[in-house]
Amino acid sequence: MRLFRPGLQAVSAIIPLVLLAVFVFLTAYSWPAIEFNGLHFLFSNTWSLGNLYANPVQRNGFTVPMGAHYGIAVFIVGTLASSAIALLLAVPVGIGVALFLVEYAPHRLRGVFAQIVELLAMVPSVVYGLWGLEVLAPLTMKVIAPFLAHAMPFIPFFSAQATSGYGLLTAGLVLALMVLPVISSTLIEALQRVPKELRESCFALGATRSEMLRKTLLPAVRAPLIGAVILALGRALGETMAVLMVSGGALNYLPDNIYSPITSMAAFIASQLDSALQDPSGMAVRSLAEIALVLLIIAVIVNVIARLLTRRAKFAG
Amino acid sequence: MPRGRRYGNALFGVACTLAFVVVVVPLVDILWTVLSRGAQALNWTVFSQVTNGISGGLLNAIEGTLVLSGGALLFAAPIGVLAGVYLAEYGAGAWGRLVRFLADVLTGVPSIVLGYFSYVTLVEEMGWQFSALAGAITLAMLIVPYIARFTELAMRQNPPSLREAAYALGCKEPQVVFKVLLPAARSGVITGVLLALAISVGETAPLIYTAGWSNYLWNGQLTHEPIGYLTYVIWSFINQPFASAHALAYAAAFIVIGVVLLINITARLLLRQRQ
Repeated sequence: MRLFRPGLQAVSAIIPLVLLAVFVFLTAYSWPAIEFNGLHFLFSNTWSLGNLYANPVQRNGFTVPMGAHYGIAVFIVGTLASSAIALLLAVPVGIGVALFLVEYAPHRLRGVFAQIVELLAMVPSVVYGLWGLEVLAPLTMKVIAPFLAHAMPFIPFFSAQATSGYGLLTAGLVLALMVLPVISSTLIEALQRVPKELRESCFALGATRSEMLRKTLLPAVRAPLIGAVILALGRALGETMAVLMVSGGALNYLPDNIYSPITSMAAFIASQLDSALQDPSGMAVRSLAEIALVLLIIAVIVNVIARLLTRRAKFAG
Repeated sequence: MPRGRRYGNALFGVACTLAFVVVVVPLVDILWTVLSRGAQALNWTVFSQVTNGISGGLLNAIEGTLVLSGGALLFAAPIGVLAGVYLAEYGAGAWGRLVRFLADVLTGVPSIVLGYFSYVTLVEEMGWQFSALAGAITLAMLIVPYIARFTELAMRQNPPSLREAAYALGCKEPQVVFKVLLPAARSGVITGVLLALAISVGETAPLIYTAGWSNYLWNGQLTHEPIGYLTYVIWSFINQPFASAHALAYAAAFIVIGVVLLINITARLLLRQRQ
């Protein structure tokens, strides 16, 4: 009986322990790679397993394949670029969706419409990947790319030829769809917590509906909005399957326009274990663990910031 | 009112409506693409035969998804519910705040990171190899924070009078929690468990390096025996240049989407029933 509370507390400790274990074991496993790669890991463009058929050589006290070099700058750029495109599209559209659902949609349909947007969050990421591969990539190549080149030829990144449809823009578009419900649902919740008096006094002062929304309501939910955007960023940075399926899989190659093939860190981990296992020294598998560790640290930082921002959302009155 | 302000007002409303349309069109197209092409690919063979290379059926994958997600719930449901109970009833202090916060952070950790962690520890160091147990534990780590937070949310909706009444009748603490408060919150708790189940059915990345893939039915081995699952078929078969592989990928997508939607609708109906 006296064990009841401590028992529950012990079970609740499993959740922090899982997070701690992931961090500790990934760090421990990738430690040789961290020592071997040094800071070049983050800033080098070249990921090469080296010559796996020659005898391994000694370098800096580590046995590695001849010519092995592990740099993930290309994947960091690919991750950041695709997430940036996703947010650039998802933030304004997500805000629009939230305002539509709170302010403009017919009262009777609001619940149904909100459920429809929630559906986006339920579609598994591999299904997004399937759709991106089969529908969106051909559409990007045949319709979106020629349109952008025609409409905005003055923007150098847009005017290039899309050779396959698999690449940065397609990955960004799919990610935008996936993270949008994070933004809109958090924003809807925050908007509904804003005191009624705020909007009523706005109307009483003669503001139009759009002025009330843009100048009073949106500024009032600034903190949760920023938190939601950062939360969405976290989702986009770590998304694996959808990006893996539509990004084109670039290796040792930085994107030079919005149709370039890319690889994100998460997608790279998911696609490379088989080839990394060919390395008898094990350094390639450990370097993949180092990518996972980098991704974990980024995810934790991003989520901590986002949670702090969405939590502090309290309104006076 | 000046014309500019009036037009600005109208334009803003149109922009917001357009934003909604821009989101709904791709969503409808996703569902339509998967459901229509998937329905064409479905036949009795899909449910009765195992995968044979890139043709045959999906019986092994369907069975594998059931085993992996069911196994994940076996671990995650008790842990998540008990942790949620702790957070709701005794989680007001610093420890409760920390657990709640880290549970939220854990939901934000990319699933491939959890998958690689399990590969390093369970598959390699423990020597389990690609196996049902490694896959199920990985999925459990992924869904346990959702179950805990949903349980907490459901428990918090119990009115304080319920707890007070139970104590006044002389109930002990475990009785108050397990005989009164948890049953009162059961529809919310079940909703959380169901949504977590839906998440686990749709996951792919954490299973690639833990469950592996198998063309055969599961032989009941927990370790040292890879196991198939539906989402693997979607991402791997769609890249094959054969019509039979594409058909299987769409059939798998149909089943996954169908199950995920069905679970979500059930969960929502449960929640509405309570309110």
